[in-house]
Amino acid sequence: MASAEEALKQTHVEKKKKVSERYWQGSGEEKKDEAPGGSHVSGDQPAPLGSQTNQQTSASEKKKKYKAEGRSGKKAITRKPDPFPGSAPVPEEMRLKFRRKMKIDKLPKHKHIDKLRRVVARSRAESEIIEKESARHNQLLLQEDAGFLEGDEDEDTCTISQEDIADAVDITAGAKYFNLDLSQFGPYRLDYSKTGRQLLLGGRRGHVACLDWQTKQLLCEINVMETINDVKWLHSEAMYAVAQKKWLYIYDSSGIELHCIRKFNDVLRMQFLPYHFLLATASATGFLQYLDVSVGKEVAAVGTKAGRLDVMCQNPHNAIIHLGHSNGTVTLWSPNQKEAIVKMLCHWGGVRSVAVDKTGTYMVTSGMDKKLKVFDLRSTFKPLQSYFLPAGASSLALSHRGLLSAATGDIVQVYRDVWKTPVKKPYMAHKVHGAVWGLHFCPYEDVLGVGHGEGFTSMLVPGAGEPNFDGLDSNPYRSAKQRQEWEVKALLEKIQPDLISLDPGKLSQVDYATSKQKHQDRVEALGYDPLARAKFKPRMRKKGRSSTGGVIRRKNQVGHEDQREIIITTLKERAESAMERKKNDKGQTSAVQRSALDRFKKRAAP
Amino acid sequence: MKVQMLSRNPDDYVRETKYDIQRVPRNYDPTLNPFEVPREYTRAMNATKLERVLAKPFLASLDGHRDAVNCMAKHSTSLSTLLSGACDGEVKVWNLTKHNCVRTIPAHEGFVRGMVVRFCGTSFFSIGDDKTIKQWNMEAPGYGVEEEPINTILGKTVFTGLDHHQNNGTFATCGQTVDIWDEQRSTPIRSFSWGVESFSSVRFNPVETELLASCASDRSIVLYDMRESMPLKKVIMTMRSNTLSWNPMEAFYFTCANEDYNLYTYDMRNLEEPVRVHKDHVSAVLDVDYSPTGREFVSASFDKSIRIFPKENIHSREVYHTKRMQHVVCVKWSADNKYVMSGSDEMNIRLWKANAAEKLGVLSHREKLAANYNQKLKEKFQHHPKVKRIARHRHLPKHIYMDTKEHNVMREARRRKERNVIQHSKPGAVPILSERKKHVVAVVK
Repeated sequence: MASAEEALKQTHVEKKKKVSERYWQGSGEEKKDEAPGGSHVSGDQPAPLGSQTNQQTSASEKKKKYKAEGRSGKKAITRKPDPFPGSAPVPEEMRLKFRRKMKIDKLPKHKHIDKLRRVVARSRAESEIIEKESARHNQLLLQEDAGFLEGDEDEDTCTISQEDIADAVDITAGAKYFNLDLSQFGPYRLDYSKTGRQLLLGGRRGHVACLDWQTKQLLCEINVMETINDVKWLHSEAMYAVAQKKWLYIYDSSGIELHCIRKFNDVLRMQFLPYHFLLATASATGFLQYLDVSVGKEVAAVGTKAGRLDVMCQNPHNAIIHLGHSNGTVTLWSPNQKEAIVKMLCHWGGVRSVAVDKTGTYMVTSGMDKKLKVFDLRSTFKPLQSYFLPAGASSLALSHRGLLSAATGDIVQVYRDVWKTPVKKPYMAHKVHGAVWGLHFCPYEDVLGVGHGEGFTSMLVPGAGEPNFDGLDSNPYRSAKQRQEWEVKALLEKIQPDLISLDPGKLSQVDYATSKQKHQDRVEALGYDPLARAKFKPRMRKKGRSSTGGVIRRKNQVGHEDQREIIITTLKERAESAMERKKNDKGQTSAVQRSALDRFKKRAAP
Repeated sequence: MKVQMLSRNPDDYVRETKYDIQRVPRNYDPTLNPFEVPREYTRAMNATKLERVLAKPFLASLDGHRDAVNCMAKHSTSLSTLLSGACDGEVKVWNLTKHNCVRTIPAHEGFVRGMVVRFCGTSFFSIGDDKTIKQWNMEAPGYGVEEEPINTILGKTVFTGLDHHQNNGTFATCGQTVDIWDEQRSTPIRSFSWGVESFSSVRFNPVETELLASCASDRSIVLYDMRESMPLKKVIMTMRSNTLSWNPMEAFYFTCANEDYNLYTYDMRNLEEPVRVHKDHVSAVLDVDYSPTGREFVSASFDKSIRIFPKENIHSREVYHTKRMQHVVCVKWSADNKYVMSGSDEMNIRLWKANAAEKLGVLSHREKLAANYNQKLKEKFQHHPKVKRIARHRHLPKHIYMDTKEHNVMREARRRKERNVIQHSKPGAVPILSERKKHVVAVVK
């Protein structure tokens, strides 16, 4: 009986959802002080304004008392005072997440800047309020908690098999572990749509399938009868791009060919920039091309002059494309520049795979030298960590919450916190049937999709996905109507490709252009210098007084006038400096005895 | 082994029935909403473009006068009433919501020179070229009853301007002198003059109600105190001012409309130099009126356009014109800060929106939010060159466009000449005058 009672008490609800901590339960005597019961200004609290404040407070207290008692002297019926007044406090680290960079502290000290200073102060106050509000929102209203996996004592999490995890978790989560045996047209590349609902598979030998992977519902399945190099969803799940043997094709979700883009040939890898509506492709001929999918135009084509481009990834923070090359370098590209923005030598031997984390802070690369390196992308571009993997990682993928998956042959390993501390052991490991060809974390899910020679494996990785999505950005549960609305909004705020740069916040910073710089820009824009002195043109004189000699003489006069001024000023300066030197020399000779050898000393240049 | 995986219950994210509103869970984490600044910039750009697309300021034209409109008056208590006087001596009362004329009075012989509504709103005064001041009832007479003024005062000379005291029964007229009248008497209780001159307009200060300012034809602006027997002081400018208007919020500032195409905002306490010179018109400025908020004013000009200036800006933020509008003689800003009324030579009164792109009518909550958000975005990115270019662009009629160009050339030539004169004369012999000081000749106390 006792065990039954215990079981009744320990319902699964209690087990799963711990009672969230209320703010008044947390330690902190300040909060107690805030409660109105003990809120009188007491002696131990600092009173910076001295007796004046005390008087004021006492006056206000009297007023309050008066109010509370009512005018008739009877006690007025008042509501029970709120034991937790004001809004709940937000911890500082929660707020830090929402803090925007504000680098406008060093405003120049001009009088006319005062207005600007006021504006800045006001906007700073506003942003502080917003920071607080959004932190509070995220503290209180987010529904889901992130997943985790912890081993028992003396148990490595990497030894836990997928089957065990699938058995341990609830049915819907367990069903996310599955294998698709597609041995005929493999190996497979894959891509998840932005909301994480749809999965796109592309087999090397021409098989393309897209499916709603959670319900296992097949949307379409075609064979393009050609080699497939890569597949990619476009902005929504209605369209996807397939890089085939020769050209780039675009299909819709029912498998109908919409476009064949002959300008994009021999494409090996593709990346889609969702906020710019750009499809970036890297080809075997060494070209990096950008296709604007909203208008169907090629935005830029950059010849990288780096040979075959089969390693590519995007920086989700600033939409810069990273390319890995066979000489061990990784180059960073934007559509606005014909040369690489950054060129980094990362490995001895070719680069095999590159991945960049969500915040754009870290880049993980793996190379032919069997090394796995983590680089800082913010300013230094220096390696932070370097690991040696015995087999070397052929492909890499990073999840929303910063888990790194690396495929070595037919083994997929997942690492945690690769950039913070040197990692000894993988977080998880799983062996698939064939060599891994494509890796992709599913957005907003604890799932890693692995495309390999024998088909596709959906692997469970607890703690990989962002638990709380933003409904206006990408909502996995959106209805058709919501999708349509989102599409219109997204198209309206499509970012122009010329705004792609290393720092996406550059646009909001104050432009401290000097007048010289401004003038230079103006000259460039106009094609001539508007402030330049007009060249002197001697006036034509009539009746034979404008002989060639005369014209030249007048011209020289004006020219020499200018020169005279320059000469006069330089002479003056020279005379002054000579005088000063003389003075200094005199002072020196009087102070120190000149020796006979001093004349051999080298004189300081005038 | 302890394990927990993300497993969402779809019921938390999908609405229960189709009659519910859609659920949109938000997460304000900046990493989930990347490209914050470029996206905001794009939105600001769209908002700016939309503003220009939706800028349709012209609302209605009120026609019915049989001669050029010469003066207008706002009703002091009713927003929808406007009074106008024409050059043939006719006064009309308009209903602005219905866009129709409700009353016509053959008030004067010759021009109606000025009109003003009494502060209580029950009667109004008009002056005309027939040397009379007439007081009219605001209520229209019954059917079949002839229009009769309540009171008629016959003056000695022609009156050119009129204004009423804010809260008692005195009013001021100007002609050859500035006269202060009591409503009960037929002779002025006080009369000011300073040299031989004639005045074109007189205005009471809305806050310091005993103060007056008037524009004289000897190029001066004179300040008076009603309680004293002598004028206070005057500033003489290079050219004549036509009218002036006091700032209703900061009533020590007034703006005068000058014949030299500019408007000048003065601080009453320091007339040595204007606070601001407002330039943009390409012909004489005939009338000016402040918005009730005191942040902007509207000016009417002989160049067939009206312009709206923010009070501290040199250049106008808006220019209104139509093909049919001729020289604009009078202009008023409505008391609800939403509309601008202009009366012009070709007998029409036009009703404009004060904010060209504003949506009229009742806004839904979401519309209001969107408008506020767009306004904030436009403000934030207003200095970016591409946004600025779109926000600044105005189509101008050809004559204004060409005249502006011409004036620029002339101004440049004048500046060049000044520079050359300074360069070729003894240092200090030619004073360097700022643009503001240039137009003030003298201040007399």
